Amino acid sequence: MTWIPEAASNLAGKVDGVILVITLISIFFFVLISAVLIYFAVKYRRRRDDEETPYITGSEPLEIIWTVIPSILLILLFVYGFVVYKEMRTPPKDAVDITVTGKQWLWTFDYYNGKKTLNELYVRQNRPVRMIMRADDVLHSFFIPQFRVKQDILPGRYTQLWFTPTKVGTYDLFCAEYCGTGHSQMLAKVIVLSPEAYDIWEKGIGVDEGANVASLPPAELGAKIYKEKGCNACHSIDGSVVIGPSFKGLYGKTGVFEDGSSYTADENYIMKSILEPQEEIVEGFQPVMPSFKGILSDDEVTAVIAYIKTLK
Amino acid sequence: MANHTIANNVYVPFLEQKGFLSWFLTTDHKRIGILYLISISLFFLIAGILALLMRFELMTPMSDFVSPHTYNVLFTLHGSLMVFFFIVPGLAASFGNFLIPLMIGAPDVAFPKLNLASYWIYLVGTIITLYALLSPADTGWTFYTPYSATTDTDVVMITFGVFVLGFSSILTGMNFIVTIHKMRAPGMTWHRLPLFIWASYATAVLQLLATPVVGITLLMLIAERSLGVGFFDPAKGGDPVLFQNFFWFYSHPAVYIMIIPAMGVISEIIPVFSRKPIFGYKAIAYSSLGIAFISFLVWAHHMFTSGISEVAATIFSFLTFLVAIPTAIKVFNWIATLYKGSIELHSAMLYALGFVFLFTIGGLTGVFLGALAADIHLHDTYFVVAHMHYVMIGGTVMGFFGALHFWYPKWFGKMFNESVAKLSWFLIFVGFNVTFFPQFFLGIQGMPRRYATYPEEFESLMALSTYGSWILGLGVLIMTVNLIKGLYSTEKAPQNPYGSLSLEWQVPSPPPTLNFEEIPTVTDWTYGYGKKKEVDA
Amino acid sequence: MEQANMEHAEDHGLHLTPEQEYGISKLGMWLFLGTEIMLFGGLFAAYAIFRAKYPELFLESHQELNREMGAVNTCILIFSSLTMAIGVTAIQRGKQMLAGIMILVTIICGLGFGVVKYFEYGAKFAHHIYPDTNIFFSLYFMMTGLHMLHVFIGLAVLGVIMVLTFKGKFNEKYSTPVEIGGLYWHLVDLVWIYLFPLLYLVG
Repeated sequence: MTWIPEAASNLAGKVDGVILVITLISIFFFVLISAVLIYFAVKYRRRRDDEETPYITGSEPLEIIWTVIPSILLILLFVYGFVVYKEMRTPPKDAVDITVTGKQWLWTFDYYNGKKTLNELYVRQNRPVRMIMRADDVLHSFFIPQFRVKQDILPGRYTQLWFTPTKVGTYDLFCAEYCGTGHSQMLAKVIVLSPEAYDIWEKGIGVDEGANVASLPPAELGAKIYKEKGCNACHSIDGSVVIGPSFKGLYGKTGVFEDGSSYTADENYIMKSILEPQEEIVEGFQPVMPSFKGILSDDEVTAVIAYIKTLK
Repeated sequence: MANHTIANNVYVPFLEQKGFLSWFLTTDHKRIGILYLISISLFFLIAGILALLMRFELMTPMSDFVSPHTYNVLFTLHGSLMVFFFIVPGLAASFGNFLIPLMIGAPDVAFPKLNLASYWIYLVGTIITLYALLSPADTGWTFYTPYSATTDTDVVMITFGVFVLGFSSILTGMNFIVTIHKMRAPGMTWHRLPLFIWASYATAVLQLLATPVVGITLLMLIAERSLGVGFFDPAKGGDPVLFQNFFWFYSHPAVYIMIIPAMGVISEIIPVFSRKPIFGYKAIAYSSLGIAFISFLVWAHHMFTSGISEVAATIFSFLTFLVAIPTAIKVFNWIATLYKGSIELHSAMLYALGFVFLFTIGGLTGVFLGALAADIHLHDTYFVVAHMHYVMIGGTVMGFFGALHFWYPKWFGKMFNESVAKLSWFLIFVGFNVTFFPQFFLGIQGMPRRYATYPEEFESLMALSTYGSWILGLGVLIMTVNLIKGLYSTEKAPQNPYGSLSLEWQVPSPPPTLNFEEIPTVTDWTYGYGKKKEVDA
Repeated sequence: MEQANMEHAEDHGLHLTPEQEYGISKLGMWLFLGTEIMLFGGLFAAYAIFRAKYPELFLESHQELNREMGAVNTCILIFSSLTMAIGVTAIQRGKQMLAGIMILVTIICGLGFGVVKYFEYGAKFAHHIYPDTNIFFSLYFMMTGLHMLHVFIGLAVLGVIMVLTFKGKFNEKYSTPVEIGGLYWHLVDLVWIYLFPLLYLVG
């Protein structure tokens, strides 16, 4: 583990420059101050109780020196930080737009080409991309450490940021502004594809959907979706109640809705809960789940049901 | 009709009178200081235990000790109690009350009854807040809207408690300003005042001018939740960022309400144990006022990523760099005071030197957060958590502990065990650094704050931080036991054990009820240590 | 008389002369007024921000307010400040009876202000205008409500001062509480002088 995460965007190196320069200056001053402090404390330690000390009350030249030097340094640092910031805030004209929506506690991404993904952000290597972001409920913050970008997301107003991913790979996207119980589970993956791979994804087969449907048995695919699409933010698989009911032992369970009617958790119940979660609310829970209509295909819903069945 | 002197030659220590009412109805600033001291210490210990629970949960990536919701409640309570109930009233109310009249040569503060009323208001605020703990909020101590306006937990009660507390803070600040202006002993000119008084003065100005703004902000939040108004709700035409502007307009000055009194304490301890005049008296005194003034102009540096305009961000970044300058000046002056001194490493001095060391780290890491480009990456990560704790624990709490050990003999007339005090200092110093230094790296790595669970790659540093918190906790425990045990010791403290020239050391330990048998006449400044050369005089 | 003066100072337990106590109290009160300005300042800032954001909404909504009632209340408060000032001058010259009556008139004006406000709020509620109607009315109710709270506190303080004045506790040598109460009342007046045009007139 290096002291600073991999630099995987065009901005990262520049931000690292600022951080590095401040770090070096800080280390210099810190070492200077603590060395002098310790040196004085040792050299002038009290040896006899009747030691004489000089009557020194100050020195104007010294005051001026240690006011002016830090001031100049600080102003230079301010300018350096500002110049890089200015660039971080100015997207190039050829950037493509992706609309980001933050909602307790998941991310949706709407692409310029009509595609829509949940908790997975696909971007093309070396192409500048601009995030147009809005929150549905409370404050969130879009943060990708490897790209050194962060921007709060507000309800009722658009905010934006941009970057050019430079390295193919998968990175963490965090919500950095506290947003409630599921805050620490409001995670997404940023998937940087090479131009060729991105073209394949863009043409429709969707790299991962294609792979999902083709290669995995339903229960395993369900387990994958459970993690990737953020079900795990609210539904545990160990019986504990986080936000929503736990998936453990859910299949076949009976219970009561808020309106008093009862249900049995069969295939139809689970499907309806995924696609129309606001229709009926199980007693004791809040109506907070978003609909996954259009996000999960029929096959994927079936896979999730299969996965839940395995959680006895 | 001239000034009476208190013609009472029998020495009765202010602690003499016993019984509940003698405390509950006291207008003696020293007793009120003790009431605050006990209250804030209790909140410090409670909130500290909450912190240990949080660190325990964070030892592993998963939620295996408490649920995410419980974790969120824990950090909300830890932050709110520490900030509003311990560290904001903290040094200012406890040691400020005890020391201001003694140091300026006054029998009491200007408004003794109002002083008692302030404590009662503090008490009412704490009772409301303790009641609020029955259904604790989960908003974080910053109460950011719209989450705080929409969460199901009870936000109104705790914010109301904080609102009530604000009055206590305002009245105390007002009392201190008037006291310092009007109650100084003859000859105690402004430039002879101990630096703790200058610091308390700057703090009081901040309390007076900033606290009403957070008061009205919290009222607006309460109205938002109870009357359905929409100042901060975009659906009703409001603006969630407005809350942040209002909140930080208070809470950034509040940071200096917390730290400036500690700086004052350090400026008292270092000269005494170096037997040297404080270096650059005026620079330190006026830098306190400078910090207080600039602190009103930097609030939006908490909001560089929150959607404020680039122009605003640039201006606030620049002003933030300015506030670093008076802070740096203080650090240099403290170190210069040590030069050619006769330094005794008493436990109080160890805390003071620890303060300089840790506060330097806190201040330097603040430069990262003031620089726009670096802040974008570091904002809302553990880097901020670490920076804030280096300033608040490394700064204020170190100053608080230093003050406790320094004025303990004066306040209680007893001595604690000095060796145990040194041991607990060592554990606190080491434990603190092991707990919070790794968090700088966690932050640079990208670990967001306020996470109940976290990705596995952060586990080793997180676990290290948790181990550190145990050492820190042990140190605080030993210190607490040592100080409490000292109260029951038979060893009486001398009047002036360190050879200090400050007025509070010229009266018996503990001081009599009205402090001075006769109001003293001051002829020199407080820091006349060392041998004056003939030419200087 | 000398005796009585000393008693007041003794209350403090500090052995202050009346002159010292006067200086202390006056400085304290001015500082307190400073915090009050900051308190209302928060709401005035919110007013400025939202007014800049929604000029039409503010224009439209402020027409719902009853200017006549607002104007009457403004006159009442300005008049009460005048009577208060006369009361303070009277006590400084030792005219206890006149001072007491003037404070009484001030209190009656304050109550009158409250009555007008009561009918005004009542009319708003009758038209289904509540604090959550829109941002303008949120501000209107919060600002006038907070001001009203200050009026009530002022009335309670003046009530106590009036009783003590009639009992002859104050005179030309010792009138600090009357002056402090007067300062507070002027603040209440001053805040309204800003509230009235901002809410009722310029919208």
